[in-house]
Amino acid sequence: MAAPTQRRIIFQHIDEPGYSNDLACYVRHGGYDVLKKAVTRPPAELIDEVKKSGLRGRGGAGFPCGVKWGLVDRKSGKPIYLIVNADESEPGTFKDRYIMHQDPHQLIEGTMISCFANNVKQAYIYIRGEMPHGARILEKAIAEARAAGFVGKNILGTTYSCDIFVHRGAGAYICGEETGLIESLEGKRANPRIKPPYFPAVLGLYQCPTIVNNVETLCHVKHIVEFGGDAFTKIGTPNNTGTRIFCVSGHVQRPGYYEFEAGKITMGQLLHEVCGGPLPGRTFKAVIPGGSSAKILRFGERFKGKRKVGAEMVDYDWGVEDVPMDFDSLGMIGTMGGSGGVIVMDDTVNMVEALANINAFYSHESCGQCTPCREGSLWMKKITTRMVHGQARSEDAALLKSVADQIPGRTICAFGEACSWPTQSFIAKFGDEFKHYPETKKTAKPAGAPELV
Amino acid sequence: MIAPPKPDLVTVNIDGREIAVPKGTNVIEAARLVNVDVPHYCYHPKLTIVGNCRMCLIEMGMPAVDPATKAPIMDPATGKQKINWIPRPQIGCGTNVSPGLHVKTTSPMVKDAREGVMEFLLINHPLDCPICDQAGECKLQEQSTGYGRGYSRFVEQKNVKPKRTQLGPRVTLDDERCILCSRCIRFSKEIAKDDVLGFIDRGSYSTLTCFPGKQLTNNYSLNTVDICPVGALTSTDFRFKMRVWFLKQTNSLDTESSVGANTVVWSREGQIYRITPRRNDEVNDTWMADSGRELFKTLRAADRLTAVKVNGADSGLDLAANAAADLFKAYAGAIAVVGSARSTVEEQFLTKKLAVALNAPTQLVSRVGPGDTLLISADRNPNVRGALVTGLIAALPAQTLPALAASVDAGKTRVIVSVGEDLAAAGLTAAQLAKVAVVYLGTHANATSAVAKVVLPTLAVFEKNGTLVNQQFRLQKFAKAVPAPAGATDDLIVLAKLAAAAGASVPSDLGSLWKLLAAEVPGLGPITYANLPETGLLLDATPFAALPFVEGETLHYKPVAPAVAVATA
Repeated sequence: MAAPTQRRIIFQHIDEPGYSNDLACYVRHGGYDVLKKAVTRPPAELIDEVKKSGLRGRGGAGFPCGVKWGLVDRKSGKPIYLIVNADESEPGTFKDRYIMHQDPHQLIEGTMISCFANNVKQAYIYIRGEMPHGARILEKAIAEARAAGFVGKNILGTTYSCDIFVHRGAGAYICGEETGLIESLEGKRANPRIKPPYFPAVLGLYQCPTIVNNVETLCHVKHIVEFGGDAFTKIGTPNNTGTRIFCVSGHVQRPGYYEFEAGKITMGQLLHEVCGGPLPGRTFKAVIPGGSSAKILRFGERFKGKRKVGAEMVDYDWGVEDVPMDFDSLGMIGTMGGSGGVIVMDDTVNMVEALANINAFYSHESCGQCTPCREGSLWMKKITTRMVHGQARSEDAALLKSVADQIPGRTICAFGEACSWPTQSFIAKFGDEFKHYPETKKTAKPAGAPELV
Repeated sequence: MIAPPKPDLVTVNIDGREIAVPKGTNVIEAARLVNVDVPHYCYHPKLTIVGNCRMCLIEMGMPAVDPATKAPIMDPATGKQKINWIPRPQIGCGTNVSPGLHVKTTSPMVKDAREGVMEFLLINHPLDCPICDQAGECKLQEQSTGYGRGYSRFVEQKNVKPKRTQLGPRVTLDDERCILCSRCIRFSKEIAKDDVLGFIDRGSYSTLTCFPGKQLTNNYSLNTVDICPVGALTSTDFRFKMRVWFLKQTNSLDTESSVGANTVVWSREGQIYRITPRRNDEVNDTWMADSGRELFKTLRAADRLTAVKVNGADSGLDLAANAAADLFKAYAGAIAVVGSARSTVEEQFLTKKLAVALNAPTQLVSRVGPGDTLLISADRNPNVRGALVTGLIAALPAQTLPALAASVDAGKTRVIVSVGEDLAAAGLTAAQLAKVAVVYLGTHANATSAVAKVVLPTLAVFEKNGTLVNQQFRLQKFAKAVPAPAGATDDLIVLAKLAAAAGASVPSDLGSLWKLLAAEVPGLGPITYANLPETGLLLDATPFAALPFVEGETLHYKPVAPAVAVATA
């Protein structure tokens, strides 16, 4: 079956020749028309549109955006804040960066519509510390929008006012966790908060109700309000509406970002047809479908079970290539759609060494607040580092698995899962390679190859 | 007394046992009530909850109800309502009880979670228990014995961190032992209001330290040592001095101000090694000031009085009493008594008996300093209110004694009995002191003892039993921790001897004294020293409500504004 063509909604103008990131260009392409119409509608109607659209958060967890907005405590009398989570840090993910660099006004328009819908008077864009260029572009774009009356006091001549501030992080993965982000925004260490009681919708930024949405999610809001919630559900598949941007990296002929209707394309179509298949003379070995914390898939494994199609339950028997790229299908086979970062590895990759790199990342990024993640992530890193540096033991695979099993579900935030799922899945899918690593390791390293981690 | 309103009770089921606990109680405290231990490190009842150690993970569930009808779903196997157990372990510290909450603290999931957390906490811990000061009172040691696996699978290099950081003048930090529970950080921020501690670096390399250019200098810094569950924060003074299991614990009180913080004195073979706070939720919670922990250091000081002296020559107690009796006879009617707001209730009662027998006017000396709104009040005397309750004085004492000085100058006062008060410090000049014969009872040498006719060495608070009345009018007792040095005699015995010299017969033992106190002092009714609870007993303060006490607000005390005099037409 041939792959569907790309459906570029969010990335409509990305890499378009002649398209620049200034306000004039954006307005020339119909920019801020949706906002102009939105501010004339009752805010509750806009929230309804988002609820009807079934939009799921694009940050990684896929939590329905409308539900998130519905949880916001609107009776407390406290101000409601909206935070744009632009701390795109998940390894393998590079979609928000392009939106901010090349089409910042799309984000600003989506943000302002969301703010208006939720009666937010102050929004923050929390941008990753390593993206100074993006921060400067956003600052400039916000200044332009403010001068044109799209942001700031009395937006478009109405009585509604809302400003946006850009806040740069200091470079920590954990700032992408929403409560960690809030702590960081408050000027503290980004230690995620315990939930309960600190749900952002009730006790978020400065203990006020707060909405934290991903950059891509907020861009979707713009298009939902433009198309209407019901029309939006026609894009994609039921329960996986809209488009998804896949950031494909690794061993394929044409890595890059591709936007497709959610669930309409399979892993095989994406990798073989869209990305041109494996490099010459190589074969695919494994793929991580949703950012480095998602559980890895091994080419050649089969997934069987029953799934719901319409109202019926039908059997499925998929190889990795057959899996539709949507939240639910990927969830069914034990991994996740996550942030859309598809990391491809071919037969030249040693899985122990790949895991060593991932573990090095997570142990470096653990905030250090709660015990299982703090100690477990570093322990796993120390084991895999020792293995790749020549002192692997055959019992290390079992030990790694056991350590990883002691982390998820016992931590304050989802970092516990993020740091343990790679190890759990690598061992489960490539256990033999780990067990036999002590022997394979004896082969000499190619001359000039850099030291691992 | 008005009974506090009955709190809303919530019934929960902990390991199969039902218990009703007040709303807002967390699961750790609820479990404590049924004697179920939920191990924890970061949770402290007086600090905010952060839930970061993950040691208190337990299994929780709620009774199942039909989502549509809200009718309970019954389990046919047991005939009871089905419990929907949450598939992941939850933290006990951060979960407040809710009606019907079910808790399992011994299930395989909980056991596995605890073993996992214990293992993680130990992998980068130095395990230097044989040379660690915390051994014997280390939560990590206790809980790894109770809940750990008992073996190590860790073959990597442990993290290396600073071993002896001086955080402040009194606290030394061993960062390798730190389990990053953040209790000390929260204490400094929330209780001491001196936000100087924090973590630097990330993940397992996180390191506790002071903010740049700051030090942990506040007068409550040693509380961080008390609440540190491991041997990371140690008292610079106490570290490496003594194993805690060799030390005897005696309940005592902090006598440096009228707050009366409850303490424990740790001693061995007549020597005190340290003083730590004792929990009393009505007085000091679980805290005490650093300054109060050093009070024992003067016990063996060179200026300690250890010999009875009459006219400067060594003497004996009975001879000294006779000398005093001679003075009392010779100058009858020209005698003054200076009592002490640092004496115990019993001593003040005997001081009053003595003053009555001598028909002598009585005054007290007060000491005042800045209050810190926490556990040191402006009134630096531990027992002004005891003197009021026993009737030793009727009005609040002043810091100096001008009336007495004038009386000495006028030749109306020829003998002064001073119970531990330095009259020179209270404003009497050397010339005035030279005019009078002083009978001095006290623990340490000073200007008054130097010129006194009769010097009677007495005991410090750690060497005797007694009671004090704190600023809340709470009668609290302390016990003898160490024996007194040779030559010093219990204040009660000395006072009884002086009273006898003045012609009055009074008992000098606590048992008989309390019978007398109960009979003679209103409000002390059924109390005895023996039956007084360790956390004290509130006395009726209404007779003294109009007095202008000097204290400002402290941790558990709000000053009552002096009643405004109502003009009568």
